[in-house]
Amino acid sequence: MDFPVVAVIAATLTIATPLVFGALGALLGERAGVLNLGIEGTLYVGAFVGFLVAARTGSLTLAVLCAVVSGALAGALVALLTVTLGVNQHVAGIGTTLLLVAACDFANRLLFSGGSQTTTVTFDRWFAGLPPFAQYPMTYVGFLLLAPAVWWVIRSTGAGLRLSAVGENPEAADTAGVSVAATRWTALVVGGALMALGGSFLTLSLLGTFTLDIVSGRGWICIALVIFGRWRVWPIVLGALLFGLFDALQLQLAITPAFGSVPNELLIALPYFVVIAALAVRGRGVRYPGAYLIPYRRA
Amino acid sequence: MRFVLRSREPRWLGPAAVGVAVLLTLALTAGPIRLAGAAPVAAFERYLVTPLSTPNGVAEVLLSATPLLFTGLAVAIAFRVGYYNIGAEGQFLAGAMATTLVALSLPDLPAPVALPLGLLGGAVGGLLWAFLPALLRRRAGIDEVVTTLLLNPVAVLLLQGLLNGPWRNPETGFPDSASFGEGYEMPVLFGSRVHAGLLLGLLLVAVATVVMAATPLGVRLRAAGQSPTAAGFSGIRVGALQWRSALVSGAVAGLGGSSQVLGVQHQLTGSLAVGYGYTGVVVATLGGLSALGVLAVALLLGDVQVGAQSASIALQLPSQMGGVLTSVLLLTVVAALSVRRYRLTRLTRLRPAAPEPVPRTPVAARPGGD
Repeated sequence: MDFPVVAVIAATLTIATPLVFGALGALLGERAGVLNLGIEGTLYVGAFVGFLVAARTGSLTLAVLCAVVSGALAGALVALLTVTLGVNQHVAGIGTTLLLVAACDFANRLLFSGGSQTTTVTFDRWFAGLPPFAQYPMTYVGFLLLAPAVWWVIRSTGAGLRLSAVGENPEAADTAGVSVAATRWTALVVGGALMALGGSFLTLSLLGTFTLDIVSGRGWICIALVIFGRWRVWPIVLGALLFGLFDALQLQLAITPAFGSVPNELLIALPYFVVIAALAVRGRGVRYPGAYLIPYRRA
Repeated sequence: MRFVLRSREPRWLGPAAVGVAVLLTLALTAGPIRLAGAAPVAAFERYLVTPLSTPNGVAEVLLSATPLLFTGLAVAIAFRVGYYNIGAEGQFLAGAMATTLVALSLPDLPAPVALPLGLLGGAVGGLLWAFLPALLRRRAGIDEVVTTLLLNPVAVLLLQGLLNGPWRNPETGFPDSASFGEGYEMPVLFGSRVHAGLLLGLLLVAVATVVMAATPLGVRLRAAGQSPTAAGFSGIRVGALQWRSALVSGAVAGLGGSSQVLGVQHQLTGSLAVGYGYTGVVVATLGGLSALGVLAVALLLGDVQVGAQSASIALQLPSQMGGVLTSVLLLTVVAALSVRRYRLTRLTRLRPAAPEPVPRTPVAARPGGD
């Protein structure tokens, strides 16, 4: 058989898109010293709010806008808990994820009677005639706009310097007049907005509908990608592409007759193992941001 | 005005903070309940009081609390020594799958052999699911949070794969396993649906309480959890303790999955993956990472779960509200317990000689510093 290289490349880029948004959102928080385990719920809320608004108003612009706002609010909740109140970050994050998933399921049940076969308008692919370039607008935004922008902000701007300073040594940053709380709040709110954008890609570009298992661990993948990429933008994007590639390959295998007897679910699980394996290799002896997981209190 | 850390904390403050958090939870959830067209007071009565008003209701609460007892205890065991096992969900499912493997391979065993074997299988399954993250943490220093989390969706996929493939029900063709043999039915208690898994859970709570309170191991575990560095200096091998706690934690979660399939379902179904493991994080945290606390909170959340079902029938309030209530309670309690460490004081003069009070800079006024 001839291997559909172009189709796999195209699928890789599409699959990696929400991961790029989610992982870069997580990166902002972690560079500032806060692990946001609310990411799984924030992706979910972005997917749901985007779907809800698009289904009700028919406006994709409004849908994306509302998804961004919902994500920013989710980030603000995590910031309130972890930065202002100093709650354990694992507990605050998991709690936020549980809350957002339950709240979306509740609203979904109320508004769509749980069945959720409602569909909505979706973004059209650009360059529909040119296979590998036939991608959704969000894919172009993610790879060509967002990733370079985050890279540039972290590397070359005052805001990026403050971000890293606060994440590495908050005492020193505070002494130098940088507000630790304001920096961390900003990072988490912007990061949450990016995560929700990634979530909205699932409903507004890929599926056109909302299902209860729509995120299925992509948030945890993003957290793994940040460690895999050692808190640097381009290695994280590369990691997202790697996951996308394996996911695209398993999708291809699933429709290959020779693999017809392999249960579909085991193929779907393959990329998760790839991520764990990649962590096992690349995750050794990584240096976490200096103030990772540590709430800051003035002495 | 500004917040400063309390040097001493009055006894009543902790319970008072929890009380405030409960009131806050009721206030925050009243809005969505009203939006759904139900009266908040009637809903809260359904959630908290109605299940406990009949013997049958109490039995259902105990039944709902049973899996949470295991997952809550599993999470508490790991968190207590600073190992953040958030994979109880996957370990719970792995335990259920391992028990199913035993039950389907040896269907005709009599109960005295079948039940211990099934439970042992569950414990081993949960332990194995916890093994890889624990090993990666111990040998390569890889963050267990990510790896335990990642294995949760994998366990769900494995469950679905087995149910759609080799274990698909041969009679009905549905994605459920065949029913287990008679020997694999956990004895029920008080003629209700409550099963012996509850007793096993209570036994584990008792063992954990005694170990933590009255053994040298308990002293080392508490020391390692409170201050790993100090514990390390005093000769406690924190890494080894975490490693063993991680495996025990997985085994306990696996026992929970095992008890659920042996006691309630008597077969493996996809409905097992409804977040018992994630709720275990809530149970452990609200229970203050102590075994008795886990018991109390598991009962409370069991109450809310049964109430959520009853409210969805009686008040047409979607049962997902139970999950919302639980997670809001978690967040308000941890927030209130954190706030309690501070007291509000008038801004004092930092420099007595200064001619005018220290200006209220935004930084100084921020609660808890920034």
